[in-house]
Amino acid sequence: MISVPFLAVVALILMGLSVVIFKRNLIKIVMGIQVIGSGVNLFLIALGYREGTIAPIFTNASKLEMSLPVPQSLTLTSIVINVAVLALMLSFVIFIYKHYASLDTHERRLKE
Amino acid sequence: MNFKILILGVLCAFFLVAVLSIHPFGKPSNTEMDDYFIQNGQVETGSNNIVASVLFDYRGMDTIGEATLLFAAASGIFIVFRGKKNE
Amino acid sequence: MNKERGMSRIVKTVTCILSIPITIFGLYIILHGHLTPGGGFAGGAIIATLVALFLISFGSVKLPEKSLSVLESLGLVAFIILAFIGLSTSFFHNFLANSNGLFGSSVSFGSNSGFLNTGGIIPLMNLAVGLEVFSALSLILLLMFKGDIND
Repeated sequence: MISVPFLAVVALILMGLSVVIFKRNLIKIVMGIQVIGSGVNLFLIALGYREGTIAPIFTNASKLEMSLPVPQSLTLTSIVINVAVLALMLSFVIFIYKHYASLDTHERRLKE
Repeated sequence: MNFKILILGVLCAFFLVAVLSIHPFGKPSNTEMDDYFIQNGQVETGSNNIVASVLFDYRGMDTIGEATLLFAAASGIFIVFRGKKNE
Repeated sequence: MNKERGMSRIVKTVTCILSIPITIFGLYIILHGHLTPGGGFAGGAIIATLVALFLISFGSVKLPEKSLSVLESLGLVAFIILAFIGLSTSFFHNFLANSNGLFGSSVSFGSNSGFLNTGGIIPLMNLAVGLEVFSALSLILLLMFKGDIND
């Protein structure tokens, strides 16, 4: 049948996407973007698994069959990029709240 | 409101078709590059951790881009919280 | 002001006691990045949680922002200079691996129990990236906390 980790990735991305589309509060939208990022990280790790292997580290290794090391490096980079983008998004939300005193995305804010 | 639900439904169908046509979990398809890294990474770079040697030696350009991005994010936040200058 | 924002005396004492093991643990993870999982990014994040702990339990941290910016720039410039040294062969050439110099012993293929002297320029790069990640995350935390007070 279908494998479970890839179904979990689809569920995570769809849940994050529905939060970004349907919610009005800015902080909830930021949280939805982070859930999408976590789903993408899980997808990258799940792509690089071989059956019956261990992690690709030779220190006290029990056997010599190892899973693929390249998707794990890409996931490390992706995690750090998600943290940087989250910090920048949250500082913009603080700035918006200081100037307009509201976090609702359906209000009109630009002065005509 | 109906338009948003329609878009989500179409995306859900796309994702389910993609999950059905991907390789099964545990049997990756093209592994020549990773097999080369596992066989020769320890002797060429001298480190036991192949993920670190891929991240810092074989694909170091991605790490330079990531470090620069972290630096740019920190300086962007510095600009947002600078406050008004007293003239 | 500052006396209201901190937490109780037990929390402050435990924070001061815990700062030494956390720093040693973070430096261990950074330095052994070529032997065990971890590396520069995870170790830098571990030491940055110390700044968050001090911010919550004491109410303010006496780290000047200018020196944090200088440290962060130093880490990034050291990383780029390490990439440029071996330019006669290629960009990012590992000129210290298998050379019997600093960090230059050779390793044979197979499972062994980890020697610190190996790895080439990978431990030096781990140190530079760890310094940069710690400074960037502490700077972000300090700026967001200070911007909250000034209102």
